[in-house]
Amino acid sequence: MPSIQLQPDLNYIAVLLQIGIALAFVLFTYAVIAVAGPKLKGKNKDENFECGIEAQGNARVPYSIKYFLVAILFVLFDVEVIFLYPWAVNFKQLGWIGLVEMTLFVGFFLFGFYYIVHRGALKWE
Amino acid sequence: MEILFYLLAIVAIASALGVVLSKNPVYSVLSLICTFFAIAAQYILLNAQFLAAVHIIVYAGAIMVLFLFVIMLLNLNILVETQRFTTARLTAAFTGGLLCLVLIAALRSAGDIKAANPANAKIGLIENLGMTLFNQYLLPFEVSSLLFLAAMVGAVVLAKKEIA
Amino acid sequence: MVYCSPWLTEQSFFKEDFTPAHADKFLFNLAPGIAMFVALITGAAIPWGGTLHLFGTDYALQIADLNIGILYISGVVSIGVYGIMLGGWASNNKFALLGAIRASSQMISYEIGMGIAIIAIVMMSGSLSLDEIVRQQAGFHWNIFYQPIGFLIFITCAFAECNRTPFDLPECEQELVGGYHTEYSSMKLGFFMFSEYVNMFISSALMASLYFGGYNMPFIDQLGLPQNVLTLLGTAFLFAKIFFFIFFFMWIRWTIPRFRYDQLMHLGWKVLMPLAIVNMLLTGGAILLKNGL
Repeated sequence: MPSIQLQPDLNYIAVLLQIGIALAFVLFTYAVIAVAGPKLKGKNKDENFECGIEAQGNARVPYSIKYFLVAILFVLFDVEVIFLYPWAVNFKQLGWIGLVEMTLFVGFFLFGFYYIVHRGALKWE
Repeated sequence: MEILFYLLAIVAIASALGVVLSKNPVYSVLSLICTFFAIAAQYILLNAQFLAAVHIIVYAGAIMVLFLFVIMLLNLNILVETQRFTTARLTAAFTGGLLCLVLIAALRSAGDIKAANPANAKIGLIENLGMTLFNQYLLPFEVSSLLFLAAMVGAVVLAKKEIA
Repeated sequence: MVYCSPWLTEQSFFKEDFTPAHADKFLFNLAPGIAMFVALITGAAIPWGGTLHLFGTDYALQIADLNIGILYISGVVSIGVYGIMLGGWASNNKFALLGAIRASSQMISYEIGMGIAIIAIVMMSGSLSLDEIVRQQAGFHWNIFYQPIGFLIFITCAFAECNRTPFDLPECEQELVGGYHTEYSSMKLGFFMFSEYVNMFISSALMASLYFGGYNMPFIDQLGLPQNVLTLLGTAFLFAKIFFFIFFFMWIRWTIPRFRYDQLMHLGWKVLMPLAIVNMLLTGGAILLKNGL
């Protein structure tokens, strides 16, 4: 393997430490509840809750496609926000030209968003 | 640091195998998220901090959420027949093998991969990346907004059936 | 609304750890762990105070001063949605699934407005490091005076991200029993509740750091106190600000009724998101005019 100069920011060691502590806490709690609580089993008791009546079929039913549309919109706008970060950090160096560039970019986005709203795709009843 | 690199590489490859091998699509998505985290950690080792954050936020935090939504929408928990036709499997293996061949050939012709220039170790930081993106690569950046526009129209067309 | 008193009631170590018969056991157990874990690691990038000078060494009261601190937090927060989604799906309960889908849609919708509101702050500071942003607000140059609209957007989104009233539709008991954690009991329910409260604390700390000067307090540096005392006072002041916001969270909870789901989506996408973009562009124009460029 070619020798790549690895030069990480040492602050991430601290993040790693925090991750380790959080993981240890979660795992420890899992271990405690596995032994501490009572265990009672029964066919009716283990059934899923459905307001006391018999459960009807499988719970994983298809749902409205609008949630799917929201998720797609979220992905697109998330990418937009990610593009905004390097721009915002360098904003003062980029000046007016940078502002015009970004207004154009955001304008395209809002145009598409207007189309979506106009077609009623985000209308919830 | 070398040890960390190999550790992360092993995690990435193992979870990538998990994506392909697990039968439940939800587990596949989880394995893929695990792969993304391992790769993001590799970026941090190379001091490409912004790239690492983007990898987590966009891939693990947004696209995988969309995948999960789709899996839940399509109700994939009832295991569909996992045994596909053998012809389909053969074709998949053949195309995969071809891709592997191309990759090996490309790597061989690349010759020695030079070590990353230590003087350039700050290239992955957000300030430098932003300056390059908004000066040198401005046109591709603006054109990408058209791509997003097309994606929005596509999403509406897909969802239109139910809305109409 | 679920009453959280982790040691005495529903969510305790000594309650039965119940797993429904038709649930996906592994994911059912994994989901609350993800929620708790994610909530616990967010705090790493928040500056809890200035620097302490002890025995000839400087100690920053921050776990990691990341160059990309804000991106770290938004990355971790964007992972938090998996705990809820997986928990609702793995339960194999219709109420839980619907609650999970509602909750995750709500969270991802408000993440966008929040991100764009933060962009306006980043434009002013030119840095993604939270410590740098706090230090630039020294004196009385708190960002709230320059970004009042941005702050309103941010606090609304923070309420929605934490699933607090008036945005607690995912667990509104009249419609969905308990929401995504209907089937949970014992400390696993506790994990979901705990993580909600930790998230509330962290978002209060974020609001204090981004808009209210973090550990800075006005005019205190003119008193001529030693640096260590100043640092400790600063940390105390930060916590006072955090507790004020937590009080605000509680206050809103008993004051404002819950939204309907269509109102919630309408507010997130059609009001807050465009408003945040307009706020961002106006901020840009104002900065450039002020700098005379």
